[in-house]
Amino acid sequence: MSPLREPNKISEREVTPAAVYFNRRTFIRAGVLAASAVATGVAYRHLNPVGRGKVNTPVIQGLVKPTATEDANGFRVDEPETSFQDITHYNNFYEFSTDKEGVAPAAAGFDTKGWQVAVEGLVNKPKVFDLDDLLKISPPEERIYRMRCVEAWSMVIPWVGFSLSRLLAVVEPLSSAKYVAFQTLLDPNRMPNQRSSVLDWPYVEGLRMDEAMHPLAILASGLYGRALPPQDGAPIRLVVPWKYGFKGIKSIVKIKLVETQPGTTWSKYAPNEYGFYANVNPHVDHPRWSQATEQRIGEFGRRPTLMFNGYEEEVGHLYAGMDLRKNF
Amino acid sequence: MKESDIRFIKLLILVNGLVPLALLVWDQSHNRLGANPQNFLILTTGMMTLIFLILTMAVTPLRKITGLNWLIQFRRMLGLYAFFYGCLHFLCFFSLDRVFSVSSTLTEMLKRKYLILGSTALIVMIPLAITSTNGMIKRLGGKRWRALHRLAYVAAIAGVIHYYMQVKADTRQPLVFAAVLAVLLGYRVVVYLKQRQPPALSPTAKANAAA
Repeated sequence: MSPLREPNKISEREVTPAAVYFNRRTFIRAGVLAASAVATGVAYRHLNPVGRGKVNTPVIQGLVKPTATEDANGFRVDEPETSFQDITHYNNFYEFSTDKEGVAPAAAGFDTKGWQVAVEGLVNKPKVFDLDDLLKISPPEERIYRMRCVEAWSMVIPWVGFSLSRLLAVVEPLSSAKYVAFQTLLDPNRMPNQRSSVLDWPYVEGLRMDEAMHPLAILASGLYGRALPPQDGAPIRLVVPWKYGFKGIKSIVKIKLVETQPGTTWSKYAPNEYGFYANVNPHVDHPRWSQATEQRIGEFGRRPTLMFNGYEEEVGHLYAGMDLRKNF
Repeated sequence: MKESDIRFIKLLILVNGLVPLALLVWDQSHNRLGANPQNFLILTTGMMTLIFLILTMAVTPLRKITGLNWLIQFRRMLGLYAFFYGCLHFLCFFSLDRVFSVSSTLTEMLKRKYLILGSTALIVMIPLAITSTNGMIKRLGGKRWRALHRLAYVAAIAGVIHYYMQVKADTRQPLVFAAVLAVLLGYRVVVYLKQRQPPALSPTAKANAAA
């Protein structure tokens, strides 16, 4: 080049060519863009985890299938069963988590060794049952029931259990017993969300005596022929198919026969929204949302909700003459 | 900020705003939205609407506090994303919950308080989206445009109450939204009160007067 060139000027040759310069810039920007999108994706995935654990509880031996007559009495509903995966990964069990998808992981490993259930109150023969003795009261039966949650979704669940009336017969209720009160385990070490104050612990529920004696009301110890997984209320829970799911108290440790209507957790929490009876009723809406239809898990579209969840023929007489708008 | 940098940040926002939607579609196509995908789609699009509404309303306070005036250039995009996810939220409700029934959508929307609030939020966002162009800002004039766009607060407040009303007992998430919104609203109120104060009453003005 020319010898007259000023020494402090950068030569043409030393300047990064425009194409290279812009390429590098584009390259860095593409990297930043990709990294940011990945970071957003990771954050989203963290908040919305996917992937489900496997549930593998023992198979229940000697399962009795309902007879044709019992089928006709509502023991087996003729609708497609909800998948085992969905039943065990979409749970309302606030003792573990208020997130329905979060209950299964939070409840994994829940220890039920040495479980006992105290049956007491207005009975001739109060008794603290070891779980095994309680389960020997009656052979395990398969009951395929609809389950309608107060949140307007539903499932069809093949439970394993026996009528609550069988247990009550063993302890011999006194004639003064008008209601049955149930209580869940209170142990924040094993049920970690009991440390929060989202509900008043322990969870309590109740039935009127005639409801409790109805053959459809069962104590369930399993589903799909296997012992109940923790997220579904291990080791023993109540199932009352014509009532909203929250009446089906889980992980029961105490059953007490009483004279007056016992308090129940959700009706204490919001008395104008959740009643003692909580019968499934498409004509009485929740104050905030409709109960006329339901999202059946695993189906597209909504099903109309049936009176008493489709068990009107079997249980309607229990409420004859009652104003179901007042006694919701 | 160089024009090309601004354009790059806009691209960043555009792409990142689509990530949740892309993952929703991906998970849905792989049956990974859980036992109640209908509910999950409705809930997630609703959450995204609230998140983008709050991001939109955080721009001006952030700009004023940090002095980074170029932040304002991204507000329109954030606001339009809020509207976009709000529309998706409604479409999910209409298609998955109401199964394309116009009559049941309308009756439910008029009957349920939480749906009245939700529709209010979405409806007030419509004029905001329409008047978001430079041309519309010019046509309306800055003052009127700003007054109109305060409706964003109506949308956010209605949206957060709409969410709160559907929660059964664990109200932590809607309350977090409410708290953030309260901070943003509080900031506006403080700014407004300060501006209304006659300058003579401000401490510096007093000191100056005394001197």
